Amino acid sequence: MGVVQNIADDGLGGMDHNFVTARIEDLVKWARSRSSWGASFGLACCAIEMMGTGASHYDLSRFGMEVFRASPRQADIMIVAGRVSQKMAPVLRQVYDQMMEPKWVISMGVCASSGGMFNNYAIVQGVDQIVPVDVYAPGCPPTPETLIHAIETLHQLIEDGEIMRRRVANNGGAGVELSSEPVAHTSVTIGSK
Amino acid sequence: MSDSAGTLENAVETQHGCPVQDSLGQRVLHASRDQYVSVIKALADDGYEMCIDLTGVDYLEMPHRKIGFGIQPERFELVVNLLSLSQRQRIRVRVQVPADDVTMPTLFDIHPGTEAHERETFDMFGIVFAGHPDMTRILMPEDWDGHPLRKDYSQGSIPVQFKGANS
Amino acid sequence: MTIISAGTAEGGQELLSRSELTAKELLREVGSVLRLSETEAALLAEVQTEAPEDQTMIINMGPQHPSTHGVLRLMLELQGETVLRCKPIIGYLHTGMEKTGESLTYMQGGTNVTRMDYLSPLNNELVFSMAVEKLLGIDGDIPERAVWMRMLLSELNRMSSHLLFLATNGMDLGAVSMMLYGWREREDVLRFFQKVTGLRMNHNFIRPGGVAADLPAGWRDDVLAILEGLPSRLEEYDILMTGQPIWRERLQGVGVITAQEAIALGATGPILRSTGVAWDLRRDMPYLHYDQVEFDVIVGQYGDAYDRYSIRFNEIRESMRIVYQVLDCMPSGDFRIQNKKVTPPPRARIDESMEALIHHFKIFTEGFKVPEGEVYVAIESPRGEIGCYIVSDGSSNPYRMHVRAPSFVNIQTMPHMMRGGLVADAVAVISSVDPVLGEVDR
Repeated sequence: MGVVQNIADDGLGGMDHNFVTARIEDLVKWARSRSSWGASFGLACCAIEMMGTGASHYDLSRFGMEVFRASPRQADIMIVAGRVSQKMAPVLRQVYDQMMEPKWVISMGVCASSGGMFNNYAIVQGVDQIVPVDVYAPGCPPTPETLIHAIETLHQLIEDGEIMRRRVANNGGAGVELSSEPVAHTSVTIGSK
Repeated sequence: MSDSAGTLENAVETQHGCPVQDSLGQRVLHASRDQYVSVIKALADDGYEMCIDLTGVDYLEMPHRKIGFGIQPERFELVVNLLSLSQRQRIRVRVQVPADDVTMPTLFDIHPGTEAHERETFDMFGIVFAGHPDMTRILMPEDWDGHPLRKDYSQGSIPVQFKGANS
Repeated sequence: MTIISAGTAEGGQELLSRSELTAKELLREVGSVLRLSETEAALLAEVQTEAPEDQTMIINMGPQHPSTHGVLRLMLELQGETVLRCKPIIGYLHTGMEKTGESLTYMQGGTNVTRMDYLSPLNNELVFSMAVEKLLGIDGDIPERAVWMRMLLSELNRMSSHLLFLATNGMDLGAVSMMLYGWREREDVLRFFQKVTGLRMNHNFIRPGGVAADLPAGWRDDVLAILEGLPSRLEEYDILMTGQPIWRERLQGVGVITAQEAIALGATGPILRSTGVAWDLRRDMPYLHYDQVEFDVIVGQYGDAYDRYSIRFNEIRESMRIVYQVLDCMPSGDFRIQNKKVTPPPRARIDESMEALIHHFKIFTEGFKVPEGEVYVAIESPRGEIGCYIVSDGSSNPYRMHVRAPSFVNIQTMPHMMRGGLVADAVAVISSVDPVLGEVDR
């Protein structure tokens, strides 16, 4: 009777439906990588290219990423698109803290990655001082192709499990405390130019 | 190069009691601090109904610059750009602000649109506008030290470090 | 060096709660701008204070909010769904560009300013280049081809910027399909820009003395392809949005501002034009060759969000008209001024002449010196009057470089437009002001 009897009679050929066998760990990684939703953290020029990536021509939904969530609690990947100012840095960290684990960060563009051409008092010189970054996308701004490549790279890293191993190994990830980072008060020397 | 201001001293034209300078074809009034508000008011009555821009300049590194008209150059300068929609003309008012007294009267009562500009000028140069309804920082965080666009404020560049690269 | 400390009590930048609210703060929000008599302002204050504090709520919209176009933060005081007060808080994208601009040469300056208003980068470069040219005294000697190229790029940029406005305006108000269409059309323009300048955004293509390179082969066909494809699509949008009752209900009568208020607040561009003031720098204070082309200034009547939407929509059509005329007028010739002081030698000469190599090296490392002086130049960007104030001390870096950003001033109109409206209308108002935060904060 039913499925059990069918399998007993005909082996796997007795099944009505197709099925896949896999380790649960691989399935989870696969699912995570194929439906990672982005938190729309648009800041500057790169945000326009990020939205362009999601729009019809480049169509990010091919990678299971068509929904950019406005709420960080529903998002998996934070794409930091643009320059992060000293005033924005605490906000960015708060949004990151509100995201649920597992979470990943793509630093999009040179301003987010290293401060870019704005090496001055106002811009955080690299968003990796505030949040742990998994993939850096170069460019000013990165073209949608570059961003897609960065996302694909991240998907591959998630699927390999390499990122989670690294996080566990160095106790990284959300373990970074904001208070330990002197973000808001960068001392600026007065009198020297 | 630098005598552009000097040759203009021949021009004795005045408007509302302020000497008029021709800066590359643009009309510039040099008002004193006492004249400042009344000149802007008089210009508004003349038809310069829109205050397009208000900003400051820190002339710390150009202490001996020439302005002419017997005006004593000071460290700060306030630059106000006015626009007349009806006459299709622009005029610029420049006011010297000494470093030891950086308080200026606000233009808020004449041109409410200067509210954000004055806050920005305060934030960036530390020029205080007396009578402004909300004299707080606008661009920088409110606990920030210093006024970034002053010339004695460093740009804050951090030397670029290359680390972790495969050599 | 004496460090001057400004003696003010720097308070918080946030909106004050009602109990701490002084009459002055209220006057700032309404009285002065509306030029009300004191009794009227006081009456208004009374009505306001009738709402007790336990019935109102101060909520924070942004800086990370999908409909605030970047990192604009609004503090709203609400009573139920009604916005009683609103205060925009900016600075979350402050990049220190004016400070950075002081350490970059005039040659490099375009790289800096192009990142301010990232939806119309070419207009930013244009105003900066025009200011530098005026200081150099070469503003009358720019080759004809360069001038017409600048107009072509500037108008195409206006089209792409307004298309993006249509997209985001649609998205903010729930017409998400419009977002996809707007981006699709914008991609066409961006592809042309990429072909001409090498980049999709932040081109640094318009430089002091002309433009960086000549137009590539086949540019005319590309432009014509854009111009021929667009009208039928614009008609689609007309059907999709303009005539649609839901769209009209969402926008008509929302965020009304009068001409008097707009002028008092210094608002320019579509906001000023929506109130019935026909003010467009391209027509009223012509620069480049705008006095040689025919186009209409689109003017609204009611000063509401619908007017601003229609103005931008129809400005795309006017820009197309201008581009058609530019195509007819485009002369041949140099694309940059042949002035050894500001123009690097052509690439081919570098290979054969040592002097040319040194010249090239000096222009790109030291830059060119600009005579002492100060100048303010303004042009019409898609968002209003963008102006550039440069003070030169005779060296190769600007002593002070200030950009009068239209969005920075236009944002001041938001509290007036939102006052008394609903929260859902606040989104429509933000969208119709169309601020670009990169330009607001610089």
